[in-house]
Amino acid sequence: MSEVASRVANVPVRDARPRPSAAAVARLVAPWLALAVAFAILPAIFTSGLALTMLSLMGIMIVFALSYNMLLGETGLLSFGHAVYYGLGGFLAVHAMNTVIHDRLPVPLPLIPIVGAISGLAFGVIFGSVSTRRAGTAFAMISLGVGELVSSSSLILRGFFGGEEGVSTNRTKLLHIFSLNFGPQIQVYYLIAAWCVLCMIAMYALTRTPFGRMCNAVRENPERAQFVGYNPRTVRFIAFSLAGLFAGIAGALAAINFELVNSAAVGAEQSGLVLLAAYVGGIGNFIGPVIGAVLVTWLRVMLSDVTDVWQLYFGLLFIGVVMFAPNGISGLIMMHAPLWRARAYRSMLRLALTYLAALAPALVLLAGLILFIEMSYHLSVKAAEGTTISLFHIAFDTTSVKAWAATVILIAGGFWLFRMTWPVVSAAWHDASAEAHGAGRAK
Amino acid sequence: MLELVTISTLNGVLYGMLLFLMASGLTLIFSMMGVLNFAHASFYMLGAFFGFQISQIVGFWPAFVVAPVLVGGIGALVERYGLRNVHRHGPVAELLFTFGLAFVIEEVVQMIWGKAPVDYRVPPSLDFSAFTAFSTNYPAYKMFELVTAVAIFAVLLGVFRRTRAGLIIQAALTHPDMVAMLGHNVPRVFMLVFGVGTGLAAVAGVIAGPALVTQSNMAGTLVAILFVVVVVGGLGSLSGAFLASLLIGLVQTFAVSVNLSVADVLGGIGVAPPSGGALSDLWNVTVAQLGPIIPYLLLVLILIFRPTGLMGTREQ
Amino acid sequence: MISRFSIVFCAVAASVVTALPAAAQDTVKLAYVDPLSGGGASIGEVGLKTFQYLADVTNAHGGIVGHKLEVVAYDNKLNAQETLVQVQKALDSGIRYITQGNGSAFAAAIEDFIAKYNDRNPGKEVLYFNYAAVDPILTNEKCSYWHFRWDANSDIKMTALTNYIKTRPSIKKIYLINQDYSFGQAVRAEARKMLNAKRPDIEIVGDEVHPLLKVTDFSPYIAKIKASGADSVITGNWGQDIALLIKASADAGLQVDWYTYYAGGTGGPTAIKQANVPDRVFAILEGVANAPYAPAQEFEKAFRAKYNGLTLFYPRAVNEIRMFVKAAEEAKSVEPLKVAAKLDGMKVTAFNGGDSLMRADDHQFFQPMYIANLGPLGKDQPFEEENTGWGWKVQGTIDTKDTLLPTSCKMNRPS
Repeated sequence: MSEVASRVANVPVRDARPRPSAAAVARLVAPWLALAVAFAILPAIFTSGLALTMLSLMGIMIVFALSYNMLLGETGLLSFGHAVYYGLGGFLAVHAMNTVIHDRLPVPLPLIPIVGAISGLAFGVIFGSVSTRRAGTAFAMISLGVGELVSSSSLILRGFFGGEEGVSTNRTKLLHIFSLNFGPQIQVYYLIAAWCVLCMIAMYALTRTPFGRMCNAVRENPERAQFVGYNPRTVRFIAFSLAGLFAGIAGALAAINFELVNSAAVGAEQSGLVLLAAYVGGIGNFIGPVIGAVLVTWLRVMLSDVTDVWQLYFGLLFIGVVMFAPNGISGLIMMHAPLWRARAYRSMLRLALTYLAALAPALVLLAGLILFIEMSYHLSVKAAEGTTISLFHIAFDTTSVKAWAATVILIAGGFWLFRMTWPVVSAAWHDASAEAHGAGRAK
Repeated sequence: MLELVTISTLNGVLYGMLLFLMASGLTLIFSMMGVLNFAHASFYMLGAFFGFQISQIVGFWPAFVVAPVLVGGIGALVERYGLRNVHRHGPVAELLFTFGLAFVIEEVVQMIWGKAPVDYRVPPSLDFSAFTAFSTNYPAYKMFELVTAVAIFAVLLGVFRRTRAGLIIQAALTHPDMVAMLGHNVPRVFMLVFGVGTGLAAVAGVIAGPALVTQSNMAGTLVAILFVVVVVGGLGSLSGAFLASLLIGLVQTFAVSVNLSVADVLGGIGVAPPSGGALSDLWNVTVAQLGPIIPYLLLVLILIFRPTGLMGTREQ
Repeated sequence: MISRFSIVFCAVAASVVTALPAAAQDTVKLAYVDPLSGGGASIGEVGLKTFQYLADVTNAHGGIVGHKLEVVAYDNKLNAQETLVQVQKALDSGIRYITQGNGSAFAAAIEDFIAKYNDRNPGKEVLYFNYAAVDPILTNEKCSYWHFRWDANSDIKMTALTNYIKTRPSIKKIYLINQDYSFGQAVRAEARKMLNAKRPDIEIVGDEVHPLLKVTDFSPYIAKIKASGADSVITGNWGQDIALLIKASADAGLQVDWYTYYAGGTGGPTAIKQANVPDRVFAILEGVANAPYAPAQEFEKAFRAKYNGLTLFYPRAVNEIRMFVKAAEEAKSVEPLKVAAKLDGMKVTAFNGGDSLMRADDHQFFQPMYIANLGPLGKDQPFEEENTGWGWKVQGTIDTKDTLLPTSCKMNRPS
């Protein structure tokens, strides 16, 4: 039969799955190699202690946010209690470390995140069996309830959760390998970076498997997935457990980094933070949570230095993303992907120029808004400390009419100019899209 | 024993009514618009602060009327210019919008009124003891809370079951296109519902403010329990929310009065206590300590075994 | 494509992280790490103002050994990991003195971190001045040479309180109600122990714990207190837990005396006035504005004038900064190692008068304690609280020597 087919089609019979070419393999592996190299050389560029701490925090948050996106972006499950698996992973890791130290077991520090993984998986299975019976709003509510339950019981089960102070440990007291005691932050950073790359590869690979595709299918249309033969409940359950596994790893890495885990790690605030990070970064692609994790970590550490009302800015950022860029930052970038693929370079350049032109008035508007917020804050709360504040290295007198007039002008003027650039940007975008599609290269 | 039961029942009912006051608006919004309003407790807080500020100027009773109207107006604006634009991005986006809104409202309140509690007092006209039961005084202000909560429940129920407006609103939720085709302004209906819902939250704030502590962090502590009430009561059911508030109020109050621990119960049957470690904490914990956690337990159990809630009409 | 973006973004994001400039040579910076946003902000803000005022006063008098004292604020957002990140930030900008107080959990985290840091970085030692975290463990099992505590820990406060109760024969039945976490548990355990030792005739008719900051309706607890027939209540509650407790008691018409740790905190006097229970609520304090000690009263007047009537909640902060300056002057240096050596065992006159000691064994400061109650003021009691018209009035003084407690601290001293 195949002989006939081959003679007719004049096509040599092949295996169902042809061996990939060397170039294809290189294209697959290269980005990850480049990522690993980038992680390796970052500390050489940013050498301060704070930078190292921040990079370590970003690494942890990347794993956590990616695990969260396995639920939200891939399977469409909005969870308000994902920190439970992160925190419990951390607690079990820290107890494991203390046991290893106490009993002098030959377990080196780099293996501790495995404890976090097992713990995350176990609790994911336990809580997932009840949580994943429903999807949508009911699931969100169950996750909120489970989260609150665990976080409230953390003050009661003092033996395990260590009460208010949490459980602390000393990471230098485990078995030393290659004469590394993991005391200095740089060693901890490399440990976190290594695990982060591993987890990223694993989670990316998962999205490429048939299971990953089924998660997407369940997200889009559970009924149809059921008709095709997959039980949405089972798919969600497995996705939930795996998300718990990776969250547990993130929690263990945090335990190693801080040498301390307390009940805040399972709390609503931590759950909210990872939700913010994943959403702002963009839940539609793999890279989104990575961007979100980096941005949110940076903001969280640095923003409180420059302003007391950082929570307000966080809230406004969140609302801004939800209203104007619901696909997050990565969504905005990926919007340009068809253009890039179509190699519509000239119009892309023109588009970039219009973006720059629009950026200037947008910055003016932003400056005006910040000035307004900071001056109002200073007037209402900090009046006792004098009337001048210093913003962008310029002193403003909060009681003077000039300062307020300047604020109004910045906001009104900035907005008006910004508005004027919208048609220009819009036109450039249309040109670029037309060129991309018309050129026939894009799909 | 009788004293304990009577007092606990009275206290439980009063606490439950306070919860219902706060949750009534949320149920309305949730069941009418399908929007999980995370910022609901923030509107409650706005109501308390507006009530405080206005009562400083013209007294409690005008504040009782004006503050909810103002907050309802703000709620309607939020719906018109915020939620409506976000609606087309899906329910997750709506939820997250209200999430961010909660942050923003809390910060703005902090900026205006500061971070310390404000001196919001019970009005002198209500500052007396209504009656005494078993040598415990019950202030008239708590009776006022009870009466208001019941009145609101009755009015809402009446409006939605008996009036045309209520029927239109119910229809607009499940069949918005049909209702629009019949000539009703569906977006305006939603704006109205959201405004009324947040206004109700503000009423709860104006009333609860003097009884509890009026401070800029009062919203955060309430969000979770409000959701428990709404979900346990059932999505789409006002009577369910009323019942659930009463239930949670009574359960929490009775739990505090019970001094039994797991050890007492199981020890009575003859089970030996564990020697140490994590389980010994669990062993010695008393029902009273667990009191405030019971609502979350209820939430999880209801969602597993009866996801439509106690009296819910549909599944989400 | 993916890795390119991740590299770009990591680089861009982290590129804005630059090492902050090292401290200028003639400024000594004190990092203030406490909540400045969210739930704890009202308390953290007060502490910050206190320290900033103290820095101004110090600089007006010539600074520390000629250096200017500067207070740098770091918001710990009521989160232990965040606290450590902020401390790392402070250390990174060359700061070598940390002060903190709100939350023993965070204090324990900082103490642990500083101990490990000093261990792993000899020559770059950092000191931690604790002005309000009262868990006894910080100067007992978890003590550290690099940690100094200026607030009487909760056991010391209970010692002072029970010594006062010893002198009050009218107290017969006591009810204990506390928050269910390490501090509340410590208060109730010590209360039972010390009452049993000093006044075995007192009957403890109730011992209650409730979840921390979660209870909005205290009426069931008030009902229980009433049913027990107690005449006095001892509680370590703070924040909304004390305010709501007292309000609920007033609603129910409960007539008891309240012996508290933190009724004087922000919002406390307001709640007490609202509940209209004059002279019934007592607090154990290390300084009372209305105590007849002129230098303290002058300081308080100036402080309140600057901050629009804000009470000096932390007389112990005054002790902390004054002793810091004194230690630096004695050591003729602002090097933490040398300052610590001078603070070790230092004796001073406390802000509100009385001989006081920074005990070398555990770095716990011992000072006279005062039992005061809140009520209408007399003629020469000029300081009221939170615009209520009521103020704290001294009812009993406990000398330093009567507050001393043994310690289990085994301190590792640097050689």
